[in-house]
Amino acid sequence: MSILVNKQTRLLVQGITGSSGAFHARGCAEYGTNVVAGVTPGKGGQKFDDKIPIFDTVYEARRETGCNATMIFVPAPFAADAILEAADAGVELIVCITEGIPVTDMMRVKDVLKGKPGRLIGPNCPGIITPGECKIGIMPGYIHKPGTVGVISRSGTLTYEAVWQLTQRGYGQSTCIGIGGDPINGTSHLDAVKMFAADPGTEALILIGEIGGTAEEEAAAWIKDHYKKPVCGFIAGATAPPGRRMGHAGAIVAGGKGTAASKIEALRAAGIAVAETPASIGETLIGVIKG
Amino acid sequence: MNIHEYQAKQLFERFGIATPKGGPAETPEQAEAVAVSLHTSNLVIKAQIHAGGRGKGTFTNGFKGGVHLCSSPAEIRAVAEKMLGQTLVTHQTGPAGKVVRKVLVAESVEIARENYLAILMDRATGAPVVVASTEGGVEIEKVAEEHPEKIARESVHPLAGVQPYQALKVARELGFEGNQLKAAAKLINNLFKLFLSLDCSLVEINPLVVTKKGEVLALDAKFNFDDNALFRHPEIVAMRDTEEEDPREVEASKYGLNYIGLDGNIACLVNGAGLAMATMDIIKYAGGEPANFLDVGGGASEEQVTEAFKILVSDKNVRAILVNIFGGIMRCDVIAQGIINAVKAVSLPVPLVVRLEGTNVERGKQLLAESKLPIQTASDLAEAARLVVGAAKAA
Repeated sequence: MSILVNKQTRLLVQGITGSSGAFHARGCAEYGTNVVAGVTPGKGGQKFDDKIPIFDTVYEARRETGCNATMIFVPAPFAADAILEAADAGVELIVCITEGIPVTDMMRVKDVLKGKPGRLIGPNCPGIITPGECKIGIMPGYIHKPGTVGVISRSGTLTYEAVWQLTQRGYGQSTCIGIGGDPINGTSHLDAVKMFAADPGTEALILIGEIGGTAEEEAAAWIKDHYKKPVCGFIAGATAPPGRRMGHAGAIVAGGKGTAASKIEALRAAGIAVAETPASIGETLIGVIKG
Repeated sequence: MNIHEYQAKQLFERFGIATPKGGPAETPEQAEAVAVSLHTSNLVIKAQIHAGGRGKGTFTNGFKGGVHLCSSPAEIRAVAEKMLGQTLVTHQTGPAGKVVRKVLVAESVEIARENYLAILMDRATGAPVVVASTEGGVEIEKVAEEHPEKIARESVHPLAGVQPYQALKVARELGFEGNQLKAAAKLINNLFKLFLSLDCSLVEINPLVVTKKGEVLALDAKFNFDDNALFRHPEIVAMRDTEEEDPREVEASKYGLNYIGLDGNIACLVNGAGLAMATMDIIKYAGGEPANFLDVGGGASEEQVTEAFKILVSDKNVRAILVNIFGGIMRCDVIAQGIINAVKAVSLPVPLVVRLEGTNVERGKQLLAESKLPIQTASDLAEAARLVVGAAKAA
């Protein structure tokens, strides 16, 4: 089992003719994802790689192909509009890979999406993958292995690190979801934890966070009361100086809030095993699973 | 990105937020001219650098204080002569100090009371929030800790913006009444317009003063801009003063590298922000101190890797370098070739530890081995940290 994506997922790629969009559309298709359509305004009627139909709008793509998920590679100044178009066209799952979207744009998007059925993942994220079934995003497929561990993370390569540790030790993943490094995102740690909790195919969780905000604390508080399966956490940024933005727009310790120490404390208080270093995330979870 | 006090003042003036009269000057003559134009004997001159603690700072020429009260244009000119072109050292500049290239000359006001007012993006609600306190002129974090009841917060609707009633409510929380209440509410409304129009992540007025004459003025300000939105604000980008920034960070930004200088002696080069932070953490865990944060991004070119190495070795504190790459999209063989070329180009002065994982990793490791360069390879992150900390201590 898995969350959000599986063999039934029919993927649209917004920005499919750009260099990143084209590269990763092919990567997803090669992994086995059913890529059914692309959107690039002005290029409707053409075909991508001689087989995937391109449309001018998401509405047409949805009507003609029944796509139920989209992967967005539209450049940052136009990405908020692309998200809103996908939501308005009724696409159920919107995965926005684009990095560098202005925070005020995301503030408006988040408010417009409130109460709508479409779920946004990202922006500024690696995407989501259910190993062996469907990959939507930029992660290397081969490091994953089908299994029962759910992985939630704000960062890309750090997630690969954790997933690879699991796979090398023979532990597969149900679904891995990168929620993105921006201060305002579509799906929070808590949203993802709740979805994994409702999935009978997920037997354990890895929660990777970083400095900034209080999203990890909220997820930890919910886990404490509602989730009894094994959980391992890791927080990046213990050595980051306050007031400096560490790459991700969301990774900043401001006014003494959002420090690694306070997050680690919140995770531990919720009974979550916290990995001491990024090299021991896999081992720490396996330790909890084995009891 | 930070801006100078005089630039903040210009932005306030553009949005109708009252500040004391005044303007910047680059020469003693200009400073005197600004003072003359103010028609008052209550004057202040302030050195313009991106660092706090100016008032208590000392210039390397022995002159004390980066902020002086003066009573005549001639006095302003005399002080400007002692400040301009000189280096000011404060507790925030480090011992090297900062060269003062501009001064701000303004009317000095008599303060009756000081408030705090800020607007920032609240991650928890995904909307802006107005924060206000009657405890102005001090660190707001301290107030939040000791007297949380003295801080008022007013959440703003993401689409509707600050409503007039909300501005009034906050102004009342700050104790304003009568004409001052209207002036303060207008200021709050205008501050929100500025916040939204310029894509700020924080704009803070501390203190927001009431003068003995009864005016409500923004006396000092702090701005944080959303870097992601700078592309649509060329006038803000033009305010950037690279003289005030870490030269390594300025150099890195030219090549699209995300670099932040730190105080340790182990340099690191990593792909991805989360992994870069985690790499700094594991260096510390292994007993070392990271010299920097450096994220080369998902698709770094050979040129970027070479430039990154140049910046890392330009830091005289660096005793060892750790490269940690988890190649996904980025192939390990391409990265390995980039490292080899970079090492040949910069003639490596310190030990280098490389940890590669991911796509085409075997070919990448083979290339490093065949290069015969003095590179230590590590099979995983823990070993990499151990090796680089050991190398730094031995160096």
